Amino acid sequence: MDKSQGRTSTAAGEAALPPVVTKSGHRALDQSEPLIFEQGVPGRIGVDVAPAPKVASKLGAFARKGEVGLPCLSEPQVVRHFTRLSQKNYGIDSGLFPLGSCTMKHNPRLNEKMARLPGFADIHPLQPVKTVQGALELIDRLAHWLKTLTGMPAVAMSPAAGAHGELCGMVAIWSAIAAKGESATRKRVLVPESAHGTNPATAALLGYQVDPIPATADGRVDLAAFEKKLGPDVAAIMLTNPNTCGLFERDIRKIADLIHKAGGYFYCDGANYNAIAGRVRPADLGVDAMHINLHKTFSTPHGGGGPGSGPVVLSEALAAYAPLPYVVHGKDGFRLVETKEGAAQPFGRLKAFNGQMGMFVRAMAYMLSHGADGIRQASEDAVLNANYVQARLKDVMTPAFGGTCMHEALFDDRFLEGTGVSTLDFAKAMIDEGYHPMTMYFPLVVHGAMLVEPTESESRESLDTFIDTLRHLAAETKKPGAADFFHAAPRLAPRRRLDETRAARAPVLRWKPPATKQAAE
Amino acid sequence: MAELRFTKDHEWIRVADGDTYEVGISDYAQGQLGDVVFVELPEVGKTIAKGGQAAVVESVKAASDIYAPVSGSVVAVNDALTGEPGLVNTDPTGKGWFFRIKATNAAEIQELMDEAAYDAFVKSQG
Repeated sequence: MDKSQGRTSTAAGEAALPPVVTKSGHRALDQSEPLIFEQGVPGRIGVDVAPAPKVASKLGAFARKGEVGLPCLSEPQVVRHFTRLSQKNYGIDSGLFPLGSCTMKHNPRLNEKMARLPGFADIHPLQPVKTVQGALELIDRLAHWLKTLTGMPAVAMSPAAGAHGELCGMVAIWSAIAAKGESATRKRVLVPESAHGTNPATAALLGYQVDPIPATADGRVDLAAFEKKLGPDVAAIMLTNPNTCGLFERDIRKIADLIHKAGGYFYCDGANYNAIAGRVRPADLGVDAMHINLHKTFSTPHGGGGPGSGPVVLSEALAAYAPLPYVVHGKDGFRLVETKEGAAQPFGRLKAFNGQMGMFVRAMAYMLSHGADGIRQASEDAVLNANYVQARLKDVMTPAFGGTCMHEALFDDRFLEGTGVSTLDFAKAMIDEGYHPMTMYFPLVVHGAMLVEPTESESRESLDTFIDTLRHLAAETKKPGAADFFHAAPRLAPRRRLDETRAARAPVLRWKPPATKQAAE
Repeated sequence: MAELRFTKDHEWIRVADGDTYEVGISDYAQGQLGDVVFVELPEVGKTIAKGGQAAVVESVKAASDIYAPVSGSVVAVNDALTGEPGLVNTDPTGKGWFFRIKATNAAEIQELMDEAAYDAFVKSQG
């Protein structure tokens, strides 16, 4: 199924010809671009500004001593700089983005159109409530559908991202435990090895002792090990489902019952909800709190394209501890509850205002344009696509676990054994083929892991081209001289192999002007 | 050089002086981690139970916890790793040591694997 386009920039072509070095540093229309601080000349400015009048400074010792150090460029230079940088970006609008655990799915343009409606885009959170009734109604409706889809009685809309949502859910759990007078005893949070890395970080941030639960050989929570770790000092379990191995935790109902019996709470990391939305209601799994990444499951942009948004659905036991503010509907319309009386006190606010309004609009547009059947189909297609990738690659790459997967296909590096090619080398060679690499070396429980999440956005043809490329690369690893070929990748990228070790050990985090100029402080 | 003992989590430990022991990670562990870029060392004086988290090692691939092979209190840390974390890769059982711990129960060290048993354990891990 080799559909090579016969381009001379293939590796064979490179070997036959000397490497191309251009005088300008550009590679055809791929422009090499220096930092903005390295461009321009002192004093150049895009607009005429009248010289500042002489005033007596009252700043004293606080007065600036050196130059401000702003780049000095004309407007067209600035426009070109940022346009060139934007052209170097690789995103979901450029091509398949198989980064597992990140859910890089298509961001429908309808969402963008709705988010730009003046009634949503040009409002301010401090406007009088009677002038933003539509916005509050949208928050309320989105909350309603999130509760309906998950079967949960309450939702906190304000968390600004997935890990922020985890913090929200875990603070709610912490508050509920404190209300029962058990803060001093319940100090341990159980976190399976197959959970997201942010889970133990969240628990640790709240001062809990993180106790890992090992995974079984089939990539799921070891139920027996979990049972042994239960006790009166356990506050909660934080479980990701489907887990980071792309597998459904099939004992999840038992796990929920056991943690509840032990007096603890069940936090479910909902980052992978996009695999089950419309098919499974987390309430039926016994979940007490779960965040939903609108920027994954409900297609709002992320990864540099937009802020995250992580509403948290809460069970009856935790609903009273939802953070402020929240929207309620009364006879005078919608309003925000900003303070609360009574015994069950929420822990205050998580964010200055009411959540990521622009993301709420996009998520609502996605939900309404898909409908319940469409959301269910998106989940099913995401799972189907991942299984298609796994099924078509399993004879040349090595799936980490047997059986079908959920929305992510996970491979280990057994197929590279003895080739001298590592997971990293394989990923670098993918760049030459025009693909953003998949997630590498994560999850940690799988050796040399390669985690592919194609999402439902990809067509059959797009998946086939991707799979054919990976099949080709897997075959190349078995050829003589493969190690040298792969170690040299990427050959065609604007930069060759970067020294990642040095970048991490001795990062240069700040540009400094050449020594002759005054340092800008 | 004193005899090394190993944990299942790939730490090594050996007698430094009396009931003070030196701790690091095995050559196998550094190979699996890849280039080490950062090491977070415990504070001197910190008391750690056997199996408790003592340090963090971060490589280009991953961040991992380092556990105390025996219970005790930290008496010294290898400050050289702060400026040169690559010592963990180049000399894991020598200049790449992490910390020294004064053991409260020296008998705990007898529960750990000797070099032959550890080599067999690593082989069994595939």
